[in-house]
Amino acid sequence: MENLINIFVKSIFIDNMIFAYFLGMCSYLAVSKTVKTSMGLGLAVIFVLVITVPVNFLLEQYILKKGALTWLNASFSDLDLSFLSFIMFIAVIASIVQLVEMVIEKFTPALYNSLGIFLPLIAVNCAILGASLFMQEREYANIGEAAVFGLGSGVGWLLAIVALAAIREKMRYSNVPAPLRGLGITFILTGLMGIAFMSFLGITL
Amino acid sequence: MEKVEKEPLFSAKYRKLLTNPLGQDNPITVQVLGICSALAVTVKMNPAIVMAISVMVVLAVSNVVIASLRKMIPGRIRIIVQLVVIATMVIIVDQFLKAFAFDISKHLSVFVGLIITNCIIMGRLEAFAMANKPWPAFLDGLGNAWGYGWILIIVSFFREFLGSGSVMGFPVMEKIGVYNFGYEDNGMMILPPMALITVGLIIWVQRSRNKTLIEENK
Repeated sequence: MENLINIFVKSIFIDNMIFAYFLGMCSYLAVSKTVKTSMGLGLAVIFVLVITVPVNFLLEQYILKKGALTWLNASFSDLDLSFLSFIMFIAVIASIVQLVEMVIEKFTPALYNSLGIFLPLIAVNCAILGASLFMQEREYANIGEAAVFGLGSGVGWLLAIVALAAIREKMRYSNVPAPLRGLGITFILTGLMGIAFMSFLGITL
Repeated sequence: MEKVEKEPLFSAKYRKLLTNPLGQDNPITVQVLGICSALAVTVKMNPAIVMAISVMVVLAVSNVVIASLRKMIPGRIRIIVQLVVIATMVIIVDQFLKAFAFDISKHLSVFVGLIITNCIIMGRLEAFAMANKPWPAFLDGLGNAWGYGWILIIVSFFREFLGSGSVMGFPVMEKIGVYNFGYEDNGMMILPPMALITVGLIIWVQRSRNKTLIEENK
């Protein structure tokens, strides 16, 4: 349990997807104009991450990893399919996004209308694929850890995008030098927020 | 390539495809594409250059493949077809790096894989390759990858020079001997947030030179 909490806190604050690895920057910069829409996108990202990371974990454990196919036949013990992981992960992500989109559209049209445009975008959000690849690289021990890692990364992403959107809403009243307006100041803002987030470095529970 | 003969291979229009992305149409500073995997690899110059070359190979080849298949791909499933083409190219590049440049491949870690979801590639495939012939698509791919690469190289140059006092691993600061006068490396440049601030400053410089790019205050 302690371990899970540790992974959760670590993936939100210390290994924050945006501030430490710059993942999901494209939609982060494009959608962070108002708090409301960025909240919607953030929730959609959490949702997809919590599903895809554990699914990809199972895929990695039982199909792709070296010797993972022994449950099929003992003679597969030295078969290593990990070079296929990129294409498998992205296929899983694309199809789960499609699935989630259809389920939401069917059962909660209201949520679909508010998330609708963002859901297809998520398939190519680097934070999603990045979380799966980090999961593979860090070799989490069981599916619970993988799921908690997915949840934590999603929450960290939501936190970052909502914070930035809130700052950008206030920015409209300030006098930014003309060439820095829009994109430039957003970059610098994200950098400053990143420096602030670095103060969480080294926290362990 | 037969139909291209009406137009010379490097006509003014085609040359534009190569040169525009370097400045006024730059994928990073103007189109805001491909920032995701760009910034994390810019601590040192060598990985940045390797990353730029990898993106160039992937983008140029998948642009050509998609441009040649563009009439056969049904509109509804085009995203997944594009992802398959890109993912295949990225796997080839990744395996190549693991075989011939293992240290750098270790350093780039997941970021080679993240070329798949690099918006620059999907963006160019959607915006250009789906509507153009293979040869202009190839040039567009090279141009955009180069525009992406040179921002990467500038950022990594400043971060390595100011942060570790070297250029491409060569200890310039030490050779000049500025350490004797009490100069110290700015360790902050190595931290991830400084990559963002450096790109912000590059955007500032570019937009103050090219006024047409300035955004309206909304």
